[in-house]
Amino acid sequence: MNNLELISLYKSLYLIRHVEEMISKNYSKGQMRCPVHLSIGQEACATGLISNLKLTDKVFSNHRCHAHYLAKGGSLKKMLCEIYGKKNGCVGGVGGSMHLQDLDKGLVASIPIVSSSIGMATGNALYQKRRKSNEVTVIYLGDAALEEGIFFECANFAALHSLPIIFACENNMFSVYTNLKDRQLDSNFKKYADAYNISYKRLDGSKIDEVYKKTKSIINFVRKNKVPYFIQMDTYRFKEHCGPAVDDHLEYRDQKEVNYWKKKCPIEYAKKLMKRKKINEKKVETIQKNIEKFVIKEFKFAEKDKLPSYKDAERFVYV
Amino acid sequence: MSKTEILFTDAIKDAVYQSIKKDKKFFLMGEGVSDPSSMWGTIKGVSKKFGKSKTVEMPVAENGLIGVAIGSALNGSKVLINLQRVEFALYAFEQIINNAAKASYISRGKHNVPIVIRLVIGRGWGQGPEHGQSLENIFSAIPGLKVVIPAFPEDAKEMLISSIFDPNPVIFLEHRWLHYSKGKVENKFKIKKLSSFKKITNGSDLTLVANSINLLEAFRIAKLLRKYRIRLDLLNFCMPNPFDNNLLLKSVRKTRRIVSIDLSHKTLGLSSEIISTISDNKIKLKTFPIRLGLPFHPVPSSRGLVKNFYPSGKNILIAIRDALNISDKLFRKILNEYNKSTKKIPIDVPDPYFKGPF
Repeated sequence: MNNLELISLYKSLYLIRHVEEMISKNYSKGQMRCPVHLSIGQEACATGLISNLKLTDKVFSNHRCHAHYLAKGGSLKKMLCEIYGKKNGCVGGVGGSMHLQDLDKGLVASIPIVSSSIGMATGNALYQKRRKSNEVTVIYLGDAALEEGIFFECANFAALHSLPIIFACENNMFSVYTNLKDRQLDSNFKKYADAYNISYKRLDGSKIDEVYKKTKSIINFVRKNKVPYFIQMDTYRFKEHCGPAVDDHLEYRDQKEVNYWKKKCPIEYAKKLMKRKKINEKKVETIQKNIEKFVIKEFKFAEKDKLPSYKDAERFVYV
Repeated sequence: MSKTEILFTDAIKDAVYQSIKKDKKFFLMGEGVSDPSSMWGTIKGVSKKFGKSKTVEMPVAENGLIGVAIGSALNGSKVLINLQRVEFALYAFEQIINNAAKASYISRGKHNVPIVIRLVIGRGWGQGPEHGQSLENIFSAIPGLKVVIPAFPEDAKEMLISSIFDPNPVIFLEHRWLHYSKGKVENKFKIKKLSSFKKITNGSDLTLVANSINLLEAFRIAKLLRKYRIRLDLLNFCMPNPFDNNLLLKSVRKTRRIVSIDLSHKTLGLSSEIISTISDNKIKLKTFPIRLGLPFHPVPSSRGLVKNFYPSGKNILIAIRDALNISDKLFRKILNEYNKSTKKIPIDVPDPYFKGPF
């Protein structure tokens, strides 16, 4: 990974972090009137993998979709307008924060029911295979998705038909407030991949260099061999499951564990990497400032954008 | 227009083969898509002739695989999913309702899901509580889905082709007993606009609404009553969802009397919607509207227990008598003739009349 690549990755990471922080900060103003599942802490899982994809590769996401959407190049303006429930939202205000999509950028759909988008993603991979296309499909799923039947149904099908799909599992260890320990035998997901003879790799999802380098070769492998792959990325969400705040006062997470992961903050980690590579700190500051300026501009646009007309509510039920 | 008399199952097969010819991206999925029973012969030979290019075997994983069909369809592939019983689709309610029905709405029309889910419904031979439901009212309660219910062989072909080439997700409910019926079917490939109602017989005395197997019984009765100068406006309620009420309202404005037969349970069934629509549109009826349907309990298996379960021809005639205030004398005569024309057959096998030809 050269310095240019690292800087480009940092831009994506910082954009996601800053947008999420701004949502968190401004949420209490009561203008973003939909549930938000912030990606703070999980940025490297999105940026590291998606930065290796081509524009034509397809990504499917879930309720916690902001990072995936932004990493794939989705329009920030349209994302914020969507969260603000405004006319220029990426889906015109019908979806809110959990249904982000940008078809021009290959973020096909985000579906907020755990595991629901796995079927569609597998179908997309089937289509790619049948059309002999060179694209790959990435489905982002959480640890709880591995408890749903549809994951196993699709893993079986993807393996059986040898489909070019990457199951990108972000293990943040919690399903809302419930610890993985209370839901699964252990935190090693290899057993699920093994069941269908699917290749498996476990990564530290807070380390951008690790995720970027390893997923680059995995994506090439999947593209070349047209096979499914399962990637486990261990990560941590810093905020509450849903909403702008932290919920650690509820004491469902061990404070030591929280501190451990916060020390592993993906943004700070990337900064250290840049320092080690002697990338000028001033340059980093300028990058951050430019991103902040851009983000403020888009927030202002979204705040000022018009609400959609109620007349649009009944459109597109049928094609 | 040239028509040939064929079986309902062959009409379905015709639709499948002609659709394969028309659209390169069209393919079939199903549990046992290439098995020898071939869905009552309706997809016979497809797998042999076209191989994997047109058929994808569906592991027994309805939710995941209907999700897969949706994902393929987002790219423009038309997919026909074949399931042996409606009850299997319940595993896939999540995908059908969350994704198939909402993809167009959420994407503001950028996505569409041209899939057809063929589900076999029906009664007979002790099918029982979880092999004998039709659930058309449940599917019809979801915006974004289309629900299509053929009755005659002609419908089977025409409506299946139109469903396959419809850009929306379609639930296609096929009654087992209809598979054995014969009728004249258009030879050519034709896409027709799907609509909620189709006029079967024309009359000004009473509007009779029915679908699927009940329509065949209703048709027999409409023909019988004609002899007695009682003319029914018989409507095939062939697409309950989306519900376009034009033909219904036009008919009821003319007849001002209605009997509506549900395929499923009477309580909270589709006839409630039919009658409510008439009320919403402030149409004053000459007599109270009447609805028939199944009692509100699961379908039992034993032929002893289903004795009064399904609306019979006699039930329909009684409803019509009440709505039209037919004299006892005349009614006895009509009923007598009806009884003579119908053979005494066990309740758990199809009436030979249902074989047609229609």
